Amino acid sequence: MKTPLYDFHKSYGAKMVDFHGWEMPLQYSGIIDEHINTRSAVSIFDVSHMGRFEVRGSSALDCLQILATNDVARLRDYTALYSPICYYDGGIVDDLIIYRISKEKFLLVVNASNREKDLEWIIEHCGSANVENASDKTLLLAVQGPLAARVMEKVTTHKNLDRLKPFEFVITDIFGAESIISRTGYTGEDGFEIFVDSTRTDIWDKLIEVASKFKIKPAGLGARDTLRIEAGLMLYGNDIDENVTPFEVPLKWAVKVEKPDFIGKKALTSRIIDRKLVGFELLEKRIARHGNEVFLKNGQRGGFVTSGTFSPTLKKSVGFCFVPTYISPGESVELSIGGKLYGAKVKNSTRFYKRIGN
Amino acid sequence: MEGTKFTKEHEWITISSEGLAMIGISDFAQEQLGDIVSVELPKVGSKFRQMQPMAIVDSVKASSDIYSPLSGEVVQVNDELSEHPEWINESPYELGWIIKIKPSNIEELDDLMTAGQYSEFVGEMEK
Repeated sequence: MKTPLYDFHKSYGAKMVDFHGWEMPLQYSGIIDEHINTRSAVSIFDVSHMGRFEVRGSSALDCLQILATNDVARLRDYTALYSPICYYDGGIVDDLIIYRISKEKFLLVVNASNREKDLEWIIEHCGSANVENASDKTLLLAVQGPLAARVMEKVTTHKNLDRLKPFEFVITDIFGAESIISRTGYTGEDGFEIFVDSTRTDIWDKLIEVASKFKIKPAGLGARDTLRIEAGLMLYGNDIDENVTPFEVPLKWAVKVEKPDFIGKKALTSRIIDRKLVGFELLEKRIARHGNEVFLKNGQRGGFVTSGTFSPTLKKSVGFCFVPTYISPGESVELSIGGKLYGAKVKNSTRFYKRIGN
Repeated sequence: MEGTKFTKEHEWITISSEGLAMIGISDFAQEQLGDIVSVELPKVGSKFRQMQPMAIVDSVKASSDIYSPLSGEVVQVNDELSEHPEWINESPYELGWIIKIKPSNIEELDDLMTAGQYSEFVGEMEK
């Protein structure tokens, strides 16, 4: 499958890669260059492969409250929140962003790899609400970086975009086209995401042209991955999946056990947790990859690596791995990469990078 | 690239007038790997048989073994790559050389591809 911007990516010299059936840009100028540009200036990402569902009707809120572990009732109009949705056994179906447009209209953004599965799951558990796959109706662009707000003020007539707080959004215009602009993203930087009619592919070039003085560059999935790892953010299929519960990874904050009920609550509140996802820093010059085994000081297997990369900001080899809950920050473990063991240090969180500001 | 030979694993090798072989990875290989961020080098004095893995190159997205195009003993490694792994991307045939070996059987060179054969080989892969 291709997003409507496929030809634009090719014309910008992207190296394309298959991502769960989607032909997506892996990189344009290079992963490290795009990563650094996102941290220091601003980048534009095509994330139109992600799924977008509309949930409507008087039972929409109740339905989402049952599905999501986070508290959807806390949302006001024009605000969004991040939430896992779980199976009855506490394993994660997906992690998504829920946007409240009105009391009876919500927009969900889900992982590309889970589109079909999620749609079935949501329809199955949202009997009376109207659930529609709206993925093909819009383009989804992410403008991310410290200069993102300055770029956005040039492309919309909306006056106070910079006053949007994280996870707030507005319905406004971009280059004259109706759009939703939200202060969200998955890079650990300030940024915005733009939903606009899928025929308006011209916006890609226009945005890049208008923002050229801010050194905007297109960035691909490669940089998206290194950015989210530095920011300590989970990727479904790598760090979380149906065999992982939110309590084993740094998503406890998004599970509101005080909610009357949600799918998975019983399992989550009774299950014993014996492993946790931690950040690690590899002490040698290798890069750990998903699936590499973790060995403890006593030589026993302790878990596995879920994500690993070179951090362009820290210039270190970092990642996330599962370890037994009794392992403390600062402890040493060994990671098996290509059959050889390399020393690594357990960090106190999965977050390696925090931007200055809010 | 006259005199340079290539393996199917995308290493290049040139033989100097002193009979030492310099080894690196091809421009095609560095392009495929993307940003290279670290290199694990063998110790000087280690011996390898032809096409045995001798070093590891890590890029942001993948790890890749470097195979010895010829049997021989490592006489020098490019230590500067530990500070400048990006040289393999920027200058794969010059600054980005990886290892020098003393070949033990120079006839093994006949197993390798010429530059012309290699570019055809790569062309086939890109189809």
